[in-house]
Amino acid sequence: MSAVLRVQELAKRYGELQALADVSFEVSAGEIVAIVGPNGAGKTTLLSIIAGIHDASAGSVSVGPEQVGWAPQQAALYSKLSVAENLELFARLERIPDGRAAVERMLEQTGLKGREHERVGRLSGGNRQRVNVALGLIADPPLLALDEPSSALDPGQRERLWEFIESLAAAGRTILFATHNIAEVQRHATRMLLLADGRMLFDGPPAELPAMVPGGDLEQRLVAFLAEHGQPAGAGA
Amino acid sequence: MSSLFRKDLLILRRSRLLLALLVIYPIAIALLIGFAISRSPAKPRVAIVDETPPGETVRVGSQRVSVSEYAKQVFDQVDAVPVASREEAVAQIKSGQVLAAVVIPSNIAARVQSATSSATLEVLYNGDALEQSLVQSSLESALAHANLGFSEQIQQAAARAIESLLAGGNLGSLGAPSNLIGLREIPASLQRIIARLPPGAERSQLQRIDTFATFAAENLSASRTVLATISQPIHVKSELLHGRRTPLNTFAVVVAVSISLMFVCVLQAAGGVALEREENTLSRLLRGLVSREQLLAEKGLLAAGCAFILAFAMLAGVGAFVTLDWSRVGLWLIALAFGAVAFGALGVAIGALAREVRAATLLAFLLSLPLALLALVPAGAVSGAFLGVINAISFVFPFKACLQALDAAVNSASPALAGSLLHLAALTILFGALARLGLGRAE
Repeated sequence: MSAVLRVQELAKRYGELQALADVSFEVSAGEIVAIVGPNGAGKTTLLSIIAGIHDASAGSVSVGPEQVGWAPQQAALYSKLSVAENLELFARLERIPDGRAAVERMLEQTGLKGREHERVGRLSGGNRQRVNVALGLIADPPLLALDEPSSALDPGQRERLWEFIESLAAAGRTILFATHNIAEVQRHATRMLLLADGRMLFDGPPAELPAMVPGGDLEQRLVAFLAEHGQPAGAGA
Repeated sequence: MSSLFRKDLLILRRSRLLLALLVIYPIAIALLIGFAISRSPAKPRVAIVDETPPGETVRVGSQRVSVSEYAKQVFDQVDAVPVASREEAVAQIKSGQVLAAVVIPSNIAARVQSATSSATLEVLYNGDALEQSLVQSSLESALAHANLGFSEQIQQAAARAIESLLAGGNLGSLGAPSNLIGLREIPASLQRIIARLPPGAERSQLQRIDTFATFAAENLSASRTVLATISQPIHVKSELLHGRRTPLNTFAVVVAVSISLMFVCVLQAAGGVALEREENTLSRLLRGLVSREQLLAEKGLLAAGCAFILAFAMLAGVGAFVTLDWSRVGLWLIALAFGAVAFGALGVAIGALAREVRAATLLAFLLSLPLALLALVPAGAVSGAFLGVINAISFVFPFKACLQALDAAVNSASPALAGSLLHLAALTILFGALARLGLGRAE
């Protein structure tokens, strides 16, 4: 299968801080790739470079920002506008030829049909996150980058959001998401990238990590794996 | 960019409180400042205790000046509240009914007449330091005017007394003989008598008296002019070196409109940019959908457009009460447009530096208020070095340049409009560049 995304020797430096160093990987269509790692590992930096928010200090990303749908951790929405107005605005800014149809399609896909005239500021966290993802998808990009998409959601909202994301992957979209939630990785990701101090420590299916570190569940094995690689136990994933 | 314009107008329309504040607050501030500048200070409300007996006069030679003339002069200079006694005056000051009291003593006529000691007025006042300073200054000015008026009355009485001595006739004062010869006639009469006398000691003595009478008549004539000069020794003739004389009320209009233009524009532009950050939409917009320059231009121009409409409406509205030269309306529009764009650039620079709307709003207020105050400090009101600092600060922000441009456009005042417009254009570029740097640094 051909790669939808190719990241080569990516590096990012903020002054003295090396946020990313020599990160390389490829992602194929339909994959759901989890990016995990302790706080400050470089997960958001990696996603934001792929999404075109920040420039890399070195290395390359094979796709332009127009090919990546972006859903930041904190919903990037105009709370005074309605769901439909937010979608219409970004459809116009993305210069989508039939913006109206794109808005209708996103309302259908995200299950927000019937709530399109509600102001975003009055929506629940789960629905705001749906609109946030919908804005990333409005231009129909092949790749969707999600930064901790379920961090502010209750279990029910989280479940509905993952149903939606998995349906996107089933339709051929590639999903990249950063998370601290290992159970979510185990349940939904087809592949896991483990970052620590800006370096890639592991790249493979989540199920392969337990084989490398004996004992406990995936989270315990992940912590042990990080400890083996010089990451303190308190750093978390 | 039109999509962003539409979106921001929609957001503005839905932020009713903000919209109301953006319109009402500057108008209220503008009107307050306008009134404060255009209205000359009101006469201080002062209790007057006139202890002089009714009909008391000051005698000047053969003339008499009523002491009530002095009280009248004082009454004309203040918002006078006649009271019967010093105690009543003190009570009114304490209750805040009057700002101060002036006690005209019963011996004022005797003191003025004595020519050895001047009369003393008692002034009573109360209040905080600022109020004391204001009352003291107003009263000193009012009493100086009253003293001048009273001294003119005395000078006129003295001049009339001298004229009576020179012209003779009936002097009118009690006990004075009637049909007296005037000093002016004495030399001619003496010379006629001298001509008839043979030379000798008697003739020589009369000639000496004639010389004195001639000298006295000439000097007394001159003394009337001297008296007039003493009452007002220096006259003031004022001349405006350049520009047109700007009436204070039309200048107040210009100040009020400039302040409104600045507040609306700076607050809206700063808030608009900061809102994108607060809503977390800035990164989404800047990943290829719009450029940083387009975003800043949209925010600045939208704020400038709103402020321009409001400021012009204010100018037109105030024009119903104050005479403005409507043939210059084209120049008003140009000055308002340049000012609005410069304020828009300042606003987006503030918005780009602040990370949230509240911080941007606070920063905009903290910057705008002192800028307006500094630009209005008159040249002679502070020391030279401090004025230099004030002028330097005013020069690098758009308020003073906008005020000067609008004053030139509305009142044809100096400096010329073209210079102020160039200044505003340069500041627009400067703050636009700062905004671009701020946005680049933060993202």
